[in-house]
Amino acid sequence: MAAISRDDVAHLARLARIEMSAEELDHMASELDVILGAVARVQEVAGGDVPPTSHPLAMTNIFREDVVKPSLTNDEALSGAPAKVEERFKVPQILGEAE
Amino acid sequence: MSSIRLSAAQMGDALAKGEITSVELTNQHFDRIAEVDSAVHAFLHLDKEGALAQAKSVDAKRAAGEKLGPIAGVPLALKDVLTQKDIPTTCGSKMLEGWRPPYDSGVVTKLKEAGVVILGKTNMDEFAMGSSTENSAYGPTHNPWDLTRIPGGSGGGSSAALAAYEAPLAIGTDTGGSIRQPAAVTGTVGVKPTYGGVSRYGLVAFSSSLDQAGPCARTVLDTALLHEAIAGHDSRDSTSINSPVPQVVAAAKRLDVKGMKIGVVKEISGAGFQAGVQTRFEESLQLLVEAGAEIVEVSCPNFDYALAAYYLIAPSEASSNLARFDSMRYGIRVGDDGNRGAEEVMNLTRQVGFGREVKRRIILGTYALSSGYYDAYYGSAQKVRTLIKRDFEAAFTKADVLVSPTAPTTAFKIGEKSDDPLAMYLNDIATIPVNMAGIGGMSLPCGLAPEDGLPVGFQIMSPVMQDDLMYRVGGTLEAALNSKWGHTLISQIPDLQVR
Repeated sequence: MAAISRDDVAHLARLARIEMSAEELDHMASELDVILGAVARVQEVAGGDVPPTSHPLAMTNIFREDVVKPSLTNDEALSGAPAKVEERFKVPQILGEAE
Repeated sequence: MSSIRLSAAQMGDALAKGEITSVELTNQHFDRIAEVDSAVHAFLHLDKEGALAQAKSVDAKRAAGEKLGPIAGVPLALKDVLTQKDIPTTCGSKMLEGWRPPYDSGVVTKLKEAGVVILGKTNMDEFAMGSSTENSAYGPTHNPWDLTRIPGGSGGGSSAALAAYEAPLAIGTDTGGSIRQPAAVTGTVGVKPTYGGVSRYGLVAFSSSLDQAGPCARTVLDTALLHEAIAGHDSRDSTSINSPVPQVVAAAKRLDVKGMKIGVVKEISGAGFQAGVQTRFEESLQLLVEAGAEIVEVSCPNFDYALAAYYLIAPSEASSNLARFDSMRYGIRVGDDGNRGAEEVMNLTRQVGFGREVKRRIILGTYALSSGYYDAYYGSAQKVRTLIKRDFEAAFTKADVLVSPTAPTTAFKIGEKSDDPLAMYLNDIATIPVNMAGIGGMSLPCGLAPEDGLPVGFQIMSPVMQDDLMYRVGGTLEAALNSKWGHTLISQIPDLQVR
């Protein structure tokens, strides 16, 4: 049985906010099925007694002094905006969308 | 007389002695780029104006008697994944087409302080995902040894620029081998420093726990000079190590490995590696023995699972990191017709802005992190990461450094593996363990494979923050190889046939 179906991919694409054509979904499902089959072997050695590693080096949280330092100006921060208005990012409608 | 074939160290000397100016040297490189880059396609963007301004400023400081560093005035090619203020930064993606970042990355800040002249931005697999530079939205880069072949990836543009004498120095980034594998297949040198050794500030994130920027050049010494210029603590990167930079330049000049123990990792050589790759690797081991090193075999059994773990961890982190490309604050925006809502515009933008490999990894990572699959995939991969770290720790009790071939094969043909993601992923089999453990790794050229005449890379791995050890071994091996051949490997590259 396939590890991942076309419907699964469609769901994941929605979660990842990527529009996909029917053709893309088919292609992606078959490719991911092969890849997942290959990477699933991590389960062979991942015993319950092995702690996970999320980061290569042991690290502790670092705090800095809470002081005001120079940072980007409004104009600089907005310099790459696809659309802007009155020193703000202008975005498409966020509220009131149909689900 | 053109100086482009000198090493960066030699260029630095010539500049210091006043035999050439940085402006002249920079112009020579732009001339070379104009001559060959239509065939190589190493660069995505050239900054002639900025480069010449920097060169002029370095020349003026030198004329005023100011004390300058060893690579001040020397040109460099910058991978297009690091921000440089006001200079286009695309990451090889349509998503960032036209974006000019409003700030310098930590690496660029250090380069500017060192007086390095940044010629332009180099081509790469989109968001550094790939092993061939074929995943660039702007077309592939060609390997200067054979233009029909890949230059490696993701940093194929940086390595190709070095091999084609378009720049003597380059910056790459290495998440699973993207500095070392391109170095291997182009006959150049590349180093992935210890994780945290070089600032990630302004390095567009692919997989934050694996990404590391590092130096690339044509010689071990040049790589070391660049390494020291870009390394060191940066308070803007919370994972930056706050301790002294390893003395890699002194190590590269030492040319002595007497008494060192060099561990050959059983699991990443031999079976599955191209015959000529293995031959050149073993010849190099012999040279290290003749130089006084002791070779020991070490076993890292969990390396067999490294590739699988990597292709869960890196896509998982990527699916999170690339969520920032939402078409709202920077980058392209598609389908904003006044009627569509934000989410629809986001979906359409990400459909158009991301290429196939990036989408594949985002979906794979989203799956590995999703409820119900997290423990089986991402969780298991993190445990494998622990096992790989333990394998390294055990191996480093038996050897000072570990070695292997850098890549299983020499450069393959453009297009040969682009429809088979798994075959493409296998390129990284020998380089990935280093990233999983956060240690240092170097690739240097160790000959041409007899069967195809293409460069082979020799990988050296050193423990955390002992990057000097790989430079010591690399410098010694490079000198032994050059003395055996009577020339450098890169000097044997065929003249580029440019129409």
